[in-house]
Amino acid sequence: MRNAFAEEMTRVAATDKRVVVLSGDIGNKLFDKLKAVDDKRFYNCGIAEANMMGVAAGMAMSGLRPFVYTITPFTTTRCFEQIRVDVCYHHAPVVIVGTGSGLSYSELGPTHHSLEDMAILRTLPGMRVVAPCDAAELRQALHETLKDDSPTYIRIGKKGEADIHPSKPELRLGKVLIIRPGSDIALLCAGNMMAETLKAADLLAANGVSAEVVSFHTVKPLDVDYLQEATKRFKLIATVEEHSRIGGFGSAVAEWRMSHHHKIDQISFGTDDVFMHEVGSQAYARNKFGLTAEKMAETTLATYRGYIR
Amino acid sequence: MLTKDTAQLALLSAKLRSRIIETSSTTGTPHLGSCLSCVDILTALYFGVLRIDASNPRAPERDRCILSKGHGAMGLFHVLAERGFYPLSDLNDYGKDGGVFAEHPPTPEHLAGIEAATGSLGHGLPLGLGMAMASHIQDRPYNVYVVLGDGECNEGSVWEAAMLAAAQKISNLCVIIDFNKWQATGRSREVMALDPLADKWRAFGWNAIEVDGHNFAELLSALSKFPHENGQPTAIVAHTVKGKGVSFMEDDNNWHYRIPTTEEVVKSKFELGVAP
Repeated sequence: MRNAFAEEMTRVAATDKRVVVLSGDIGNKLFDKLKAVDDKRFYNCGIAEANMMGVAAGMAMSGLRPFVYTITPFTTTRCFEQIRVDVCYHHAPVVIVGTGSGLSYSELGPTHHSLEDMAILRTLPGMRVVAPCDAAELRQALHETLKDDSPTYIRIGKKGEADIHPSKPELRLGKVLIIRPGSDIALLCAGNMMAETLKAADLLAANGVSAEVVSFHTVKPLDVDYLQEATKRFKLIATVEEHSRIGGFGSAVAEWRMSHHHKIDQISFGTDDVFMHEVGSQAYARNKFGLTAEKMAETTLATYRGYIR
Repeated sequence: MLTKDTAQLALLSAKLRSRIIETSSTTGTPHLGSCLSCVDILTALYFGVLRIDASNPRAPERDRCILSKGHGAMGLFHVLAERGFYPLSDLNDYGKDGGVFAEHPPTPEHLAGIEAATGSLGHGLPLGLGMAMASHIQDRPYNVYVVLGDGECNEGSVWEAAMLAAAQKISNLCVIIDFNKWQATGRSREVMALDPLADKWRAFGWNAIEVDGHNFAELLSALSKFPHENGQPTAIVAHTVKGKGVSFMEDDNNWHYRIPTTEEVVKSKFELGVAP
């Protein structure tokens, strides 16, 4: 996804004079083409994220459209107060992009994991939270953020994620994309877990359960129209995210169910409330937290069978 | 509207001091000492330097001024009223429920003349740097002024911004430090190793000038040397006195939070030479 980000930003910057990319001392080579567009459109702001976020807000308050880019924990938890005060309090149209979200940088250890970012950014008034499932969604989302003046947070993976959409999707922020229709249950995925979610749907199909697979690329604002409709069609939904089960996408859906007294059950797939102290690849970490197609299908099947018995 | 007449600026700042003290007393608003130490800096900027138009507060090419030490808001609110952004009578609503005048500046959307909502320290300089960089990107020739507190220089984000501004040669950015030697609970040079403050800015790649922050001739002279032709940003270390202008408030840190009584307001006005 990060290569798609650099490529698409070059296109966006070429057509929209307001666009500036700020990087926290990463991806230098990645942005060579962007720098070639205009030497005033890319700034390496060094390893100083609090300042970078304030600079971005100052630029946005002066009519520019800054995109702030660095590794997810450093552009979210590291400078949360700057996001809250400089960006959101001023409702400055800054787009914050976190790369290597979730467990993408699993091998780098918990300092580089980001399993809390959606939880904290979702609490900020006016902040949009976006988790594209593949490069195509990300590319579209980048263009969509420029259509209004809201601050936006986009969490992306690293590189080599599977392409989910065979062609350019008609992505509108705040409106889900149905990847595969189904009739028994719905698997709602926010972000980079989509390939695994589709595999889980395959396993469920092999067991005679038809699962609808939905890309909830926008976690805030939540597509409540889809959820409302889903309550009429399903008794059970499962939320999937590479993020803590506390405060993220699953929590957002649970809050909605609570506040609307919806009688629909939910399984929330996400990471446990722990730091991972042992070394491990992304696959290892996902397996540890039950975020594999097999484990998700097994849990979902058992719960679903409980209803029909 | 702008003047270089130091006597006129001194009269103006005495009037503003009197109003600030009265507002503090009637509304129970603290940080009086901090407001009185920076009111001369604000007066020099708003009435001697800033190219702004109160009838067009969002003009794209206006100079920007951010009071980064947001707890000096009471001073800024009076300066903006005097500068014509809103009538002085608007300040009758100070501190009232549903209003905009509180202990810290609101967002620009909510009050004309404000460039950034501050109050949490260490935010104004990064914001101002972003605005100054935007002028380069958009080829708009305006200057950005950021007023910092000395206590505020404890914040790491101030020095992050200082390094980036110097690296990018953002010459249209000017910091004025209200160096009143106090922070909330102690001497600012004792709480953190602040000295040598001007040399710190020089070491970070800035032009640094030290002035008496209550002397308009010195303030205007320093401000006239900005932007510097060497392309670097400018820091003016303004030596000030907390509670300046009223004998029983000067350099007494109790006035960080104390509220003056009606009697003390009368005494203050007498000392300032302002009619009660």
